[in-house]
Amino acid sequence: MSQTSNQSSPQLLITGGRLIDGEGREVENDALLIRDGRIAATGSQARSADVDDTINAEGWVIAPGFVDLCCNLREPGNGQKGNIASETRAAAHGGFTTVCASPETSPVNDSGAVTHLIRDVAASRSPIRVLPIGAITRGLEGDLLSDMAGLRNAGCVAVGNGSRGVRNARILRRCMAYAQTFGLTVMFSPENQALAADGYAHDGLVTSRLGLLGIPEVAETAAVMEMLLLAEETGVRLHLSQLSCARSVEMLAEAQQRGIKVTADVAMHHLVFTEDALAGFDSRFHVRPPLRSESDRRALVAGVRDGVIAAIVSQHQPHDTAAKQAPLAATEPGLSTIESVLSLGLELVERDELALTDLVRALTTGPASVIGRTAGLGEGDMADLCLFDPTATWTADDSTLVSAGRHAPVIGRELPGVVRLTLVEGQKAWDALQV
Amino acid sequence: MTAHDPSPHHLQLTRDGQLRHFLTLDGLDRDLLTDILDTADSFIEVGERTIKKVPLLRGRTVVNLFFESSTRTRSTFELAAKRLSADVLNLDISTSATSKGESLSDTLLNLEAMASDMFVVRHSQSGAPHFIAESVTPGVAIINAGDGRHAHPTQAMLDMLTIRQHKQRFDGLKVAIVGDVLHSRVARSQIRALNVLGAEEVRVIAPGTLLPKDVESLGCTVEYDMEKGMKDLDVVIMLRLQKERMEGALLPSEREFYRLYGLNREKLALAHPECIVMHPGPINRGVEIESAVADGPQSVILNQVTNGIAIRMAVMSMAMGGQVAERQQKAERAKA
Repeated sequence: MSQTSNQSSPQLLITGGRLIDGEGREVENDALLIRDGRIAATGSQARSADVDDTINAEGWVIAPGFVDLCCNLREPGNGQKGNIASETRAAAHGGFTTVCASPETSPVNDSGAVTHLIRDVAASRSPIRVLPIGAITRGLEGDLLSDMAGLRNAGCVAVGNGSRGVRNARILRRCMAYAQTFGLTVMFSPENQALAADGYAHDGLVTSRLGLLGIPEVAETAAVMEMLLLAEETGVRLHLSQLSCARSVEMLAEAQQRGIKVTADVAMHHLVFTEDALAGFDSRFHVRPPLRSESDRRALVAGVRDGVIAAIVSQHQPHDTAAKQAPLAATEPGLSTIESVLSLGLELVERDELALTDLVRALTTGPASVIGRTAGLGEGDMADLCLFDPTATWTADDSTLVSAGRHAPVIGRELPGVVRLTLVEGQKAWDALQV
Repeated sequence: MTAHDPSPHHLQLTRDGQLRHFLTLDGLDRDLLTDILDTADSFIEVGERTIKKVPLLRGRTVVNLFFESSTRTRSTFELAAKRLSADVLNLDISTSATSKGESLSDTLLNLEAMASDMFVVRHSQSGAPHFIAESVTPGVAIINAGDGRHAHPTQAMLDMLTIRQHKQRFDGLKVAIVGDVLHSRVARSQIRALNVLGAEEVRVIAPGTLLPKDVESLGCTVEYDMEKGMKDLDVVIMLRLQKERMEGALLPSEREFYRLYGLNREKLALAHPECIVMHPGPINRGVEIESAVADGPQSVILNQVTNGIAIRMAVMSMAMGGQVAERQQKAERAKA
C-alpha cells in the first residue's frame, strides 16, 4: 500500500446502506466512523464525532474489503501482460483490498529476495494490500524444496506451486512435511499431470464435438484424493486451489468431516460458466482447470453455499492480446477477471443460486481465514471496506476496464453491481466519484 | 450459461442463409447440404469435358494454406479452383513463415493484403479456420480443409455425394464408421452430415481407447464388436489408423487391430450384400483394410477422390457467391 496507517488519516463517516459482515449478518447501517485506519465507532456514538468527510451509502452494501487468494500481478517479469500498479488498481476497482500474489512470476517467487521486491513495489505503487505466496519448489519446477522458512520470514503468507504440479507423490509428501514444520499453509492446484497430458478443455460433450484435447475429470479427482491422504498423514494445513469438479467437492467435504485440515477455493468463472463457453472456440475461456459441465458448476456453487469451499477467487490472469490471438490450443490459459468477480457473483444472487451473505462471506472472511487473517465490520476492525451498489449496472469494455488484460469474461453486456468505494485502512483505494 | 452465441453458423452464413465460409457442418441444415450435393452433381459433368473449366471464379485469387502436409486434399482443392478459373497460390506454411517466428495472424494479414479472395486452410489445431474467419480476415472466404480433430467438412460432403450416387437416398440407410474415431476430424463431420441428411443409423465401431468421451452425444451408436456391427450395413467407412497410436498405449499392435477391426472379405460378407466400402485415404493395406476389399467390387474409394473435386468446386463457388452477395448488401445498406 502506498500509504501507511499511522499517517493522520482523515476521519470518515459512512451513513446509510446495509452492512454485510461476511459472517452471515446483514443489518441496516446507521453510521460507521473510520479513524486511524480502523472502524472506530458505530451508531449514535459515530454520528456525534467531528469528521472530515461523510459518505452517504444509501442503497449500497457495505462489506469488508474482498480478499483474493489467487491473483497474478505479472510483476516481476511479464510487463507486457500487466504490473503491480495496473493490476492492484484493477483489483481495487473490483472491490478487493487484499490480494495474494501468485508465485508464478519471472523470476519465480522462490526466494526472500523476490518476495521483498514484490512487497517493495507494492508498498510504493499499490493502493491495496499485496500478500505474496511463495513457491514451494525451486523455480516451481516441482523437484526441489524452496527456502520456505526464508520465504515466510520475508512475508509470504503461504507456499504453493501456482498452477503447476509437483513431480511425484514422494516430492509432494516432502513438500507438505517440510512446510508443516514452519506452520505454513500449502496451496496446490490439484492436477495429475500424466492424466491431464496435452489437454486444454474439459473432456466432455463440447470437446468431443469440437475435437479439442480433453482434460478428464479424474486428472483433478485423483490428485485431490492423493493430496488429502498426504495432508492427513503429514498434518499440514492444505488449501486446494481452484476446484472444478463436483466429485472434488464431495471428497473435500468428507475430508473436512474426518477432521483433516483442508480448505479450498473456486474461481468465480467456474461458478458461472461451463464447457459450453468454448463452443465457438472462444479462446478467452481457455482456462485451467477447464470449465466443466453444468452439474459440476452446480456442485461448486453448492459447495460455496454450504461453506465446504471457503473462498471464491478471481484467478486473475491478465494477458497481452497476442497471448489470446491464435487457434484455441495455442493460446495461453486465463481470464482477466478481477474487475467482474462481484458482478458475476451478483448474477448468481439474482438467479437465487447463492445468497448475498454467502457471496460476501466467500469473498471476505472465508479467504481471510485461509491465510490466518480476519475481516469484519466490528468496532476495532481494520477499515478495509468495499462499498458497492448492487442494483447499479456497468458494462465491461475498453473504457471501463482498468486491468492491462482486456479478455474479461463478459464484454459489452450490462452487469449488475458497481463498486463505489474501496477503502484500505481507511484510505480510498478506489473512489468511483473521482474516476 | 455461455458468454456469447456459441453457434458457428452465424459465422459461416450470410444474413439470408447463404454460405460465406465453410468451416464445419455444425449449424448447416438439410437444405443447404442438399444444395451443396446438387451443385457438385452439376460440376461432375465439367470434369468429363475436354475443356474442364467454368468461369465462376475468374479473376479471383485462391490461396491454399496448408499448415499440415497433404497430397490429395491439396491437389483436389487446387484442381477445383483451377476448374473454376481462379488464380491459385499454393503455400506450404509449415516450412516458411511460421518457422521464422511470424505469428499465424501476421502471415494471414500479409496474404490478405495481397488481395486474396479465399483461403483454403488445413491446420493441425482444432478451430484454426474458425479463428481466422472470426478474428483475422473476416472479409476473405475461409474453406476448412481439415483442422485438428475437429472437422473436415469437404471430405464428409464428398463422402455423402458418393453415398447418394450409389444409394440414391439417405433415409433408411445404416452406416458404420470403423476405427480411430477419437483422432478423426473426418468421422466427426461424417456423423454430423449423416444425421442431418437423415440416415437411419450411424454406428461407430472401435475399441474404447479410440472413442471420444460421450461419443453417442454426436449422434451415433457404439459397437465394440465389429462382427456384430457389420450386420445389415449399407455403407461401411473405414478410417485411417496412424502408427503413433501404438506408442501412446491406445492399441497393443497393428496385428491385433487388424484382427479385430480390419475389414476383410469375411467381415464384409456379414453386411448387406450391396454394402459399399469407403475410406477417406490414404489407406493402410493390411492394417485397416484387406487389399482384396479395397480393390474389390464393393469398394468406391476411387469414386470418392473424383467426387472430391466436384464437392470442392461447389463449396468454393457457393462461399464466393455468399461473400459477393454480402459485400453488395453492405454497400447498399451503407447507401441507404
